Amino acid sequence: MSRGFSITGQPGFPFIALLCFAVLYLPVATLVFYAFNAGDSVAVWSGFSLRWFHSAWQNTQVQEATMRSALIAVVAATIATVTATMAAIATTRTAPYRGLTFKYAFINQPLMVPEIVTAVALLIVFSRLKVWTGYSGLGYLIAAHTAFCIPFAYMPIRARLEGMDLTLERAAADLYATPWAAFRRVTLPLLWPGILAGFMLAFVISLDDVVITEFVKSAGQETLPTYMLGQLKRSVTPEINAISTVFLGISILLVTMFFLISRKKT
Amino acid sequence: MGITQQAADRAERDAIRKRWLLSAPALTIIFFAAIGPLAVVVLYSFMVKGDYGDVKYWQFSLDGWFNVVAERDMFDDTLGLAWANISIFWRSLKLSFITTIVTLFFGFPTAYLIATRAPNKRDLWLFLITIPFWTNILIRTFAMQEVIRNEGIVNSALMGMGLVDQPVQIMFTDWAILFGMVYVYLPLMVLPLYASMEKLDFRLVEAGYDLYANRLQVLRRIIIPLVKPGIVAGCILVFIPSLGAYVIPRVLGGGKNMMLGNLIDLQFGQGRNWPLGSALSITLMIIVTLALLVYVRNTSKGGGHGHV
Repeated sequence: MSRGFSITGQPGFPFIALLCFAVLYLPVATLVFYAFNAGDSVAVWSGFSLRWFHSAWQNTQVQEATMRSALIAVVAATIATVTATMAAIATTRTAPYRGLTFKYAFINQPLMVPEIVTAVALLIVFSRLKVWTGYSGLGYLIAAHTAFCIPFAYMPIRARLEGMDLTLERAAADLYATPWAAFRRVTLPLLWPGILAGFMLAFVISLDDVVITEFVKSAGQETLPTYMLGQLKRSVTPEINAISTVFLGISILLVTMFFLISRKKT
Repeated sequence: MGITQQAADRAERDAIRKRWLLSAPALTIIFFAAIGPLAVVVLYSFMVKGDYGDVKYWQFSLDGWFNVVAERDMFDDTLGLAWANISIFWRSLKLSFITTIVTLFFGFPTAYLIATRAPNKRDLWLFLITIPFWTNILIRTFAMQEVIRNEGIVNSALMGMGLVDQPVQIMFTDWAILFGMVYVYLPLMVLPLYASMEKLDFRLVEAGYDLYANRLQVLRRIIIPLVKPGIVAGCILVFIPSLGAYVIPRVLGGGKNMMLGNLIDLQFGQGRNWPLGSALSITLMIIVTLALLVYVRNTSKGGGHGHV
């Protein structure tokens, strides 16, 4: 083999790949950079300052929206993870039975439909329900978020379950463990990383949602993303950059944790 | 024998019933907050539009569907094509198609480069692709806006170099939407491409070189055919959300450069034509389902590679 000839090389590929990473990272890098701007502009640099983080921190609208986002994400991700775990146990490690494919299709359905379509569908139904029942609280947002979080929570849990065989559960049963005890002492501890990964995925998905929330929310129910969407229409100050930067930091943290958890093998 | 058989059958039926009970909560939530409402959208698309939004219940009409492509003239009541809608359909298809091509152009070499790194380094590169993927779409759209706006870095750089004296207007044009979609959906192209390239057997590439193929021939005749399932998966994964894009055209395209998602939104807002909005939603869903069918057919033909 001649020296310097790499069979994997292709001309121009490294350059395009470099461009690709530049495209992916430059805009966000700019965004983060101007979050630390001392001036009022998101384009003219006038020195380093944390004033926009400070002002975002003290902005009551931002505080409320953040709390609401976190509340919805925690509740929706929890319900989604619990129900997805149950559904995953019911749909794995079994001979095919009638309705199994139907369940797969049903659970993954929210992934197949464009968000805007789900959003208007929920708008139609929930706006009617709000009139009929007189209730217009956070329940609608939580229900909507739970529904589209379920497939995301389901994926890692199912993947984890499929990698576990039934031997240990059978051994537990042989030792007179009740089904519940076998589940709690054997299945659950083994499944835990999958459940945790599923929860975090669902949490991030809920936290990030813009479109469905925008259509389902009642007046005064801004979440952080819908608040930001509203702000973008007005004049933009680096405060939005500061909020984005913090939001970005939280997302990266969660995703990193998700990566580490789901990489851990038994 | 008969009795044990019966007992076994009963045990199996019990097990299946338990499995249904276990999946019931998830299925119920999805039914009430996703699938059920979609059925209502279908119903709404066949109803008469209400005067102030919503519909007139149980008064059926095909106007919603009719209005997707046609309209009556306001003054002389003649029939004509709804050019406004058709041009939005066209823009959505065109921009989604171009986005797919451009992301493939950037994504293919990137995925290839990651797949040919040493195994222990791949995870890090892959992670670098995943981070933007998990970044809120609004943040990414906003980041793109800062780059392309008149006072943004692209225009500052162009003016600084003296290439233009006035900022190039990119915001609120189709270009802005295109840049935004390429930027936002690029990871969706790289990930499935990588998944199939990782499995690529480079002995075949080596064999190609042994048989005097040049680099282009190896790429065209060996690599591309082998990773075709990944290419199709990536294209579908980019095309589908591009077609249904809502946030990106709303922020970067402004009010005039609408895509399908914004047209649907308009019907439920100022347009006050819920049946039309519903019909447009179903149309969008049908196009997406067709694209998904192409994908499913392709992956099942590819011998069940089953990535995703």
